Amino acid sequence: MSLTSLVFVKQVPDTKNVTGDAMRPDGTVNRGALAAIFNPEDLNALELALDLRERYGGRVVVCTMGPPAAAAVLRHSLYMGADEAILLTDRSFAGADTLATSYALSCAAKKLGDYDLVLCGRQAIDGDTAQVGPQVAEKLDIPQVTYVEKVLEVKDGVATVRNLIDGGHEVVKTPLPALLTAVSSANEPRPAGARRLMRYKKAMTRTELLAKHAGKTYEDSNELAVEEEKLRERGLWIHEWSAADVDADPQRIGFAGSPTKVKKIENVVLAAGQFKEIPLTEEGIDALAKELIEDNVFV
Amino acid sequence: MSENIGNVWIFIEQDSGDIADVSLELLSKGCQLAGELGVKTEAVLFGAKVEGLVATLHEYGADNVFIAEDERLEPFSALPYTKMIVELVGAHRPNIILFGATQVGRSLAPRVASKLAAGLTADCTALEIDDYEDKASKTVMKNRLMQIRPAFGGNIIATIANSWEDPQMVTVREGVMPLSEPEKGRTGEVTKVAVNLSDEDTVVKVIERVKAESDVNLKGARIIVAGGYGVGSKDDFNLIKKFADAIGGEVAASRAAVDAGWIDHEHQVGQTGVTVRPKLYIACGISGSVQHRAGMSDSAKIIAINTDPDAPIFSIAHYGIVGDLKEAIPMLMKALKAHA
Repeated sequence: MSLTSLVFVKQVPDTKNVTGDAMRPDGTVNRGALAAIFNPEDLNALELALDLRERYGGRVVVCTMGPPAAAAVLRHSLYMGADEAILLTDRSFAGADTLATSYALSCAAKKLGDYDLVLCGRQAIDGDTAQVGPQVAEKLDIPQVTYVEKVLEVKDGVATVRNLIDGGHEVVKTPLPALLTAVSSANEPRPAGARRLMRYKKAMTRTELLAKHAGKTYEDSNELAVEEEKLRERGLWIHEWSAADVDADPQRIGFAGSPTKVKKIENVVLAAGQFKEIPLTEEGIDALAKELIEDNVFV
Repeated sequence: MSENIGNVWIFIEQDSGDIADVSLELLSKGCQLAGELGVKTEAVLFGAKVEGLVATLHEYGADNVFIAEDERLEPFSALPYTKMIVELVGAHRPNIILFGATQVGRSLAPRVASKLAAGLTADCTALEIDDYEDKASKTVMKNRLMQIRPAFGGNIIATIANSWEDPQMVTVREGVMPLSEPEKGRTGEVTKVAVNLSDEDTVVKVIERVKAESDVNLKGARIIVAGGYGVGSKDDFNLIKKFADAIGGEVAASRAAVDAGWIDHEHQVGQTGVTVRPKLYIACGISGSVQHRAGMSDSAKIIAINTDPDAPIFSIAHYGIVGDLKEAIPMLMKALKAHA
C-alpha cells in the first residue's frame, strides 16, 4: 500500500510573544514586528503524515497559502521529511476569511488530485477558529475527523483514528480520502534532520529564484530556466501556484470571497488600575487575609 | 423591523439526553437577540431519543423546537448533521444560527457554513444587533448581528459582520453568555423534521466512545487559584495546586501555562477556555491578556500577584501584590490559616 498525504500548513505570527511595537498607533497590526513561526498544530499534522509514510509508504506533499515569505515553513517541512512542497500565493488571495481560505486550499487539493488523506492542524494560533479544516473537507466533499490524536490503522481504504471529544475520546472509522485535523497531544513533531537541512536549505520558489537573479527574467535570460531545471531534478523546487494555476474563481477568493467583514477594530486601552496595592510584607499580607475573611469570601 | 427577516436558531448539543450547558446559555442569548429583532427563537434538536428535552427548551425560551430523532443521529457525526441542518436552513431561512464552540460545534458549524457559503465567526465574546454599512457597495444593512471577539493575541477587539446573505453564524464558548432562569410551564411549538439520510451520509462510524466525568468544575467554582506563565515551570505549578487545595478552590490556568504543558486544557480560563464568575479569583503570574480577562473579569473579587507592576491584570484587580508569587503565596496561605 502507499498513501499520499496532503498537509496544509500555515505561517503565523507568534502571538504568544507579542511585543510593544506589534500594534501601530492606529490600531492595525504591524505584522513585520512579529516573528513568523510554523503554526504549532500543523507540525503535529505533518508528523502524523510522516509517520504514516513510514508505516505504509507513499509520499507527503505540503502546501501553504501565504505571501512569498511563507516558503520558510515549506522549507522547514522539507527539513522534517516532506517529499514535495507547494506555495499557493497570489495577491488576490489577500484578505481572505476562513471560507475564502478553504476554497483556495480546496482548489489546490483538486489540482493535486490523487490524495488519500488531507491533514492540517486543528487550529492556527493567530485566529484559533478551527474552521478551515472542516470547510476544506466540505469543499472536497470528503469526510472529516477533527481533533485527531492517532491514526491507528489504514486498511482497505479505511482509516481508523482516535480523536478527542469534549471530556473524552472516540475511535472512528472513516473511508478515504478523508480530512483529519491534528491536536497538539497527537505526537512530538520531529526536529529538522541535519542532512535534510543541508540539502533543502537551497530549495526555492520561482519568486526566490527571480530575486536571486535580480533584474533578469525568464524571457531575456536562459540562465533562469536552466537553474530551475537543475533545482527540479534535485528535488529542490518549491512549486508556486497562483489563483489561475489552481483554477480559482476570482469571486470566491480573498476579500471578495469573504462574507465576514471587520466592521471595527478597537485597540485595547486599559484604564489605570483602581486596585488596592498590598505590600509584600507580613503585615500587608496579614491585613489582606483578614479583609478577605471578614468579607466572607470563603463562606 | 424588516418583515422578511428570519428567526434566530440555536443548535442544541446533546449527548444521550443531556443538553450541553452552552446550548441553554445560547438559548438565553438567542431570546434576547430575537426580541430585539422581533422574530422567534427556535431550537434545532437532533438525536436518537430526544423528545424528552423539548419541554426544557421551551422553558428556556424556545418558541419552536425543530426535532429529528434517528439512531443515526447519535452520537454526533459531522456528515449527517451537516446534511440535516443545511436542508433545514434551505426550507426555513433563519437569520442567525448560534453554535456552542465545543468540539462538536467546531466540527459542525464550519462544515455547514462552507456548504451554505455563509460567514462564520468563532469564539465570540459578545453579540449585538446594529446596522452595518458595507463600504464596498455603500449599502447599509439593517439590524445585523455584530460578532465581537478579541483577536490577534488579544491586542485588539474586532467587531465582525456578515456582509452576505443570511444566515449569520457564530460559535460561542461555554460560560460566556449568562443563563436566564427557565420559565416553568412555558410551552411552544414542535416541528418534526424528516430524516432523509443515505448510506453516504453515514460512512464515518464511531466504534468506541469514552467519556469520563471531569472532576474539574471551574464554571461553578466559588474560589479559583489560577497560574500563568509567570509561575515558571511545571514543578512550580504545584504551588498553585497546593494553594488552591488549602483554601478549597479550583485550579485554573492561563493559556500560556496550558501551552507550556504545565496543566491540562480543561483548566484554561479565557476566550478559548472557560468563562468563570467566582467569588474570589487569585491570578498568580498571569499578565492578563484580553483573552484571559474575557474569561474572568466578572469575578466578584480579583487578587493579582505579578512581578510586573504594569501587567494588564492589575487593571481589573481589586487587590494587587507586586512581587514574586513564590514568596507571596506561602505568606498568604499562612496568614489565611492563622485567621481561619
